[in-house]
Amino acid sequence: MATISTGPLIGSVDEIDNTYDDPRERAPLVVNGRSFGEVTRIVTSSHERPMPMAWVVCLTFSLALLTMLLVTLGMLFSTGVGVWGNTNRVSWGWPIVNFVFWVGIGHAGTLISAILFLFRQNWRTSINRFSEAMTIFAVICAAMYPGIHVGRPWLAYWLFPIPNQMGMWPQFRSPLEWDVFAVGTYFTVSLMFWYVGMVPDLATMRDRSRSKLEYYFYAFISLGWTGSSRAWHRYERMYLLLCALSTPLVLSVHSVVSFDFATAQLPGWHTTIFPPYFVAGAIFGGFAMVLTLAIPCRKWLGLQDLITMRHIDNMCKIMLATGMIVSYAYAVEFFMAWYSASKAEQFTFTNRPFGPYWPFFWSMVWCNVVAPQFLWVKYCRQNLWIVMTVAMFANIGMWFERFVIICTSLHRSQLPSSWGMFHPTLVDICMFAGTFGLFLTGFLLFLRFLPIIAMAEVKSIMPQAHIHDHGHETDPHHTSGATSHEPSGDAAKESKPWRGGNW
Amino acid sequence: MSVADPIELTRDPSIDTSIDIESTTTVAIMAEYDDVTAAAHAAAAVRNAGFKHFDLHSPFPIHHVEKYVGIRMTILPWIVLCGGLTGLCTATFLTHYTMAGEYPGLSNFSGYQFLISGKPFLSTPAYIPIMFELTILFSAFAAVFGMLFLNGLPMHFNPLLRNHRFKRVTDDRFFVVIETSDPKYDEAAVLKLLRDTHPLALERVED
Repeated sequence: MATISTGPLIGSVDEIDNTYDDPRERAPLVVNGRSFGEVTRIVTSSHERPMPMAWVVCLTFSLALLTMLLVTLGMLFSTGVGVWGNTNRVSWGWPIVNFVFWVGIGHAGTLISAILFLFRQNWRTSINRFSEAMTIFAVICAAMYPGIHVGRPWLAYWLFPIPNQMGMWPQFRSPLEWDVFAVGTYFTVSLMFWYVGMVPDLATMRDRSRSKLEYYFYAFISLGWTGSSRAWHRYERMYLLLCALSTPLVLSVHSVVSFDFATAQLPGWHTTIFPPYFVAGAIFGGFAMVLTLAIPCRKWLGLQDLITMRHIDNMCKIMLATGMIVSYAYAVEFFMAWYSASKAEQFTFTNRPFGPYWPFFWSMVWCNVVAPQFLWVKYCRQNLWIVMTVAMFANIGMWFERFVIICTSLHRSQLPSSWGMFHPTLVDICMFAGTFGLFLTGFLLFLRFLPIIAMAEVKSIMPQAHIHDHGHETDPHHTSGATSHEPSGDAAKESKPWRGGNW
Repeated sequence: MSVADPIELTRDPSIDTSIDIESTTTVAIMAEYDDVTAAAHAAAAVRNAGFKHFDLHSPFPIHHVEKYVGIRMTILPWIVLCGGLTGLCTATFLTHYTMAGEYPGLSNFSGYQFLISGKPFLSTPAYIPIMFELTILFSAFAAVFGMLFLNGLPMHFNPLLRNHRFKRVTDDRFFVVIETSDPKYDEAAVLKLLRDTHPLALERVED
C-alpha cells in the first residue's frame, strides 16, 4: 500500500503555457513532447508508485467522515426522521438541499464525456475519466438522500414499479416518481459509460500487472480486450451513440429535479425558468468540483503534462459562462416576481435578501455571481490559487443556492399562521459532512486502483496518432504538409518543445 | 529534473499465465510496429494480399483505419434503435396500464386507478418523462451490451493474451496478426509478406 513520499512523482515543475490561440496551429493538449509509452507510465504511476503523503492524509480524513455518515445513518434509522431539523413547515430541509447539491455536482462528468465529445472538444480526454468517477460517487451521495428521506427507508423499494399483493403502483403522474426514473437512469448510464470507457485502459493495467492477484483482477474486468481494430470500430460507434444518448439525458435529469419544485404551487418554486436554470447551475457547480479535484491531483500525481494549463483555462471559461447564466436566472426570478403582481410571490423574493435567511442569500450572490467574475482576467485563470478559490466559492455557493430555493421558500409561504424557521440539527450537519467522506473515499480509491486518465483517448489525440500518407490518400485533414514521423521524446524537446506536426 | 523519469516496467516474466500443455500449435503470425503509419500500411498490404482472418491491434482507436483494414460499418446503431423502441414501448405500456388499466382478476398484476386532484387516469403528457428515461436506458443497454456481443467480449481465452510481446499492445505498440485459420494461409508467404512491411519483430503466436 501507500507509503510516504515527498515532492512531485514525475512531471515537470514548471507550467508550460499552451493557452495561446494561434489560428495557424492548434495548441497541444499533451505538452513536453510525450510519447505513447510516457503517457501510459504517467497515468499508471498513481497505481504503480507509492501514493503521496497528501493522499494518505486525505484518505484517513475521508474514512473518518465516512464513519460519521454511518453513525448518523444509524441514529436516523433507529430513532426516526425527528433527528433532523425538518418540521411540518420546512418538510424538505437539508436532506433535499443535499440531494440537489450532489446530483448537480454529478452533472459535469457526463457533460464533459458526452456533450464535449459531440462538440469535438479534444481537451476533454484528459479530464473525462475522473470527472465521470466524480459523477458516480456524487450521484451515490445524492441518491442516498431521497431513500432515507422517505422516513421508512426499508420501504424505499416502493419507489419502483414492482407487482405486489396490495395491487399498488408508484404514481407516475408525480414529479417525484419521474425523479426516481431520471436519477436511476442517469446513474445506470453513467456507470456503464464510465466502466465501458475504462475497459481499454484496464487492459493496459492488466498488461502491466506485477502480481498474479493484480493480473487476474484486471484481466477479469478488462474482459479480454486486445485492441483489435474491428473491436475499436464498434467501440467507437458505441461511444458516439452513448454520447448522443447521454446528452439529452444529462439535460433531462436536472430538469426533472427542478420539476419537483416547479410543479408545486409554492411561491418561489412555481416558475418555468427552473429547468434551464437548474441545468446551468449543475454544470457550474460540477465544473467547480472538477477543478477542485483536478488541481491538487495533477500536482500530487504529476499529471501536469496531460492536464495542462489549457485544460484549466477551458474549464474556467465554462464556469464563467454557466455562472453568468445562473446570475441571469437570479435576475429573471426577481423580475418575474415583480411582474407577476402576485403578493405572495413578491413577498418571497423580498424575504430572500431581507428576511431572516439574508446571510444565505447574500453568500450565494457573492459566491455564484461576484466570485466567477475574476475569471474574465487571464491572469486569474492562470493562477491556480485564484482558480481554486473561485471554484471553492462556487461549490459553497451552489449549496447555498439550493438552501435558499428550498428553505426560504418553504418557511414562509402563503399562510402566515404556519410560518416557521428551519434549524439544522447536529445530525443534519454531521450527515452532510459524512457524505463528503463517502464521496472522497470512493474518489481516492479510484485514484489508486483505476486508470485515472483515459489513456487510449489521450493517445488518440496526440499528433503521432494519425496515419500519414504523404498525400497519397484523399483525406484533407492529414495530408497538408504532414511528415510521416513526428518528432517524439528527446528529439522533440530539443527542436520544438511542444509545437510539432499537424493534427 | 528529468521529466520523463521512466518507471521501469515491472512485468515479471515469472508470472506465467499460460496453460501448460505438451504440444502447442501455431494459431497466428504476429508482426510488431511502433508507428501508426507503418502498421496501417502493413494491414493494407495484408488485406490487398487477400487475407480475411487478420487484424490490426493498437493501443488506441486509429482514425480512418477502417479503410486500411477493410472494416464495414457496424450494425450496432440498428441494435440501439431496437433497444430504444423497446424501452419506449415498455414505458408506454407500464405507465398507461398501471395508472389506468384496472383488472382485479389479475391480482398482483392489476393496474390501480388512483384518483388524484381529479386528473385523468390516462394522462399521457405526465408519463412522457418516464417514457423518455426508459427509452434512453434501454438504448444505452443495447449500445453497451450490443458492442460487447458483436466484439465477442468478454473473452478471456485468447492466445494473444498469453504472448509476452503482445503486452505492449495496450501501451505503445501496434500489431498485425494473421491467423492460421485463413484459407490463404501459407507460412512462408505470410512471413515474406510481413517481413516486407519492415516490422520490429515477427513472431508465431502459440496456443
